[in-house]
Amino acid sequence: MSLEVALPIIIPFLAGSLSLVFYRAPLVQRWLGVAGTGALLLASIVLLYRTYTDPDQVLSIAMGGWPAPYGIVLVSDLLGAIMTVLAGIMGFATAVYSLPTISRDHEAFGYYPLMHLLLAGVCGAFLTGDVFNLYVWVEVLLVASFALLILGGERAQMEGAIKYVALNLLSSILLLVAVGLTYGMTGTLNMADLVGRFAAMENQGLVTVVAMLFMVSFGIKAAAFPLFFWLPAAYHTPPVAVSALFAGLLTKVGVYALFRFFSLLFTQDVGYTHEILLWGAGFTMITGVLGAAAQYEFRRILSFHIVSQIGYMIMGLALFSPLALVGGVFYIMHHIIVKANLFLVSGVVYFLRGSYELKHIGGLWRTHPWLGLLFLIPALSLAGVPPLSGFFGKYIIIRAGVEQESWGIVAVALVVGLLTLYSMIKIWAEAFWKAQPEEHEERARAFEAAVSGKRLTLMVLPIGALAAITVFIGLGAQPIYELAYAAAEQMRDPQIYVNAVLGDTQ
Amino acid sequence: MEPVMAVVVGILFAASIYMMLRRSIVKLVIGLILLSNAANLLIFTIGGMVRGLPPLIAEGDKLPAGGWADPLPQALILTAIVISFGVLAFAVVLIHRAYEVVQEDDLNKMRSTDT
Repeated sequence: MSLEVALPIIIPFLAGSLSLVFYRAPLVQRWLGVAGTGALLLASIVLLYRTYTDPDQVLSIAMGGWPAPYGIVLVSDLLGAIMTVLAGIMGFATAVYSLPTISRDHEAFGYYPLMHLLLAGVCGAFLTGDVFNLYVWVEVLLVASFALLILGGERAQMEGAIKYVALNLLSSILLLVAVGLTYGMTGTLNMADLVGRFAAMENQGLVTVVAMLFMVSFGIKAAAFPLFFWLPAAYHTPPVAVSALFAGLLTKVGVYALFRFFSLLFTQDVGYTHEILLWGAGFTMITGVLGAAAQYEFRRILSFHIVSQIGYMIMGLALFSPLALVGGVFYIMHHIIVKANLFLVSGVVYFLRGSYELKHIGGLWRTHPWLGLLFLIPALSLAGVPPLSGFFGKYIIIRAGVEQESWGIVAVALVVGLLTLYSMIKIWAEAFWKAQPEEHEERARAFEAAVSGKRLTLMVLPIGALAAITVFIGLGAQPIYELAYAAAEQMRDPQIYVNAVLGDTQ
Repeated sequence: MEPVMAVVVGILFAASIYMMLRRSIVKLVIGLILLSNAANLLIFTIGGMVRGLPPLIAEGDKLPAGGWADPLPQALILTAIVISFGVLAFAVVLIHRAYEVVQEDDLNKMRSTDT
């Protein structure tokens, strides 16, 4: 028995329930936020270490003592453990960032319990080895995200939330239908057990049908083309710490599920399913980056870039060669850190200038050069400038594309990288380089005067830490590459996963 | 029985998608309610429909005698019903709040966050 697999789910639940107990004591809630997510980060790092050093490199635990495939299992393979660590990093960074940025009103509406619940749902989705259980965790994180999205209840939030809620519910119900059909066809819900059952099915066409249902459902969650419209409509509306948490983790649950299902379960017709994924990836990249090019609102630009970056990860999965999978995993690691960091920077810009509209702000390089530096690190990394983390992610994926001679997608990936750079330079030129527009100077001054040095320090701490991780992934790419390589090896061979989970019961 | 249920499920799906494509947010939520019911009914049908065969095992036996109704899909539906109930309660509150804030129930008037 290895309890550490369950800890990343138990800890946020505990912290969340405790925050509910101290509902009327915001100070306790804040400390619980930091301590709980810190403990989550520690537990997830321990989990990754234990998973990596395990002889099978897969840990599993049967919840309730029912052996797999009858009971629900929690499984931590390398992909799941890596994602959990990223969730821990994101949770901790945003919890620290929430201290100075989340207003009293939002705290009173239960911001911290919801944040813990969201993290529990995300970690549960990463660690479960049961298809229906995955649906339940996805619902847990969705409900928490719904409530976080409308914290404050402004008009834009309501409008964004309706689209977000409607499309994500649709996706969940499609997922439920797909789970039901899976059970009807195979009589099991355990992922490891499903591998063999699907392979033994006479009518492989039916398996592909179910695969497509899963693909559409997770495609909506991952914000892949043409299912991404809820994301840019909603992500720029909530408080910025929430935006960052969403940007880092929510779509990545969809991406993770795609990686899990289309490497473990649905590899019977790669020429069909992964070809669709590849086209989807290409269009996701292009539409996302073109959408961003047209925007002049800080967080909207970033939201559209989430969409375009999702395309790179799916491209890694869709090419489905060993190197491409390595690239996909590497890209996820790089992207979560960088994208959330950019949102955090946008929050600091807002607190210094009073607006997210690039036309209304400027002159930050003159007054806050360190902030410009902290923006440039994730921004250039996002665009793929060496030696930062994004360069290696893009390099591995594009190289995998070249090896397979998929020239179309390689060209798309390169052009999109260039356009990403354009967007980032636009933000740089508007927010940092040009002078502050005079007509908005008063508001900017008022906002800047209202921010105390202590609050600013607390905001910059997580940004600096995430930027340091970005630089580390870039400069010390080798160990990260090896980790991604080991994870990709596991994805290439479902039998490792199956043997580790089912053990002797096969 | 299954073919009839299949048709019913199909009609429910069609009706719910139709409702979700309407502009009114109230109809959107009605569509979501129908959709979750359709999914639950689908799982129920997939589990196989048998009459009067509870999955109870007589003392001493290893298997129930003479077939049984699969209890697992019903457990799944129960979970799904609880979840969709909670989520839909949230959706209803959300459209109420949205109506208060926007003063419209027309989705076409809620486009300020698009593009």
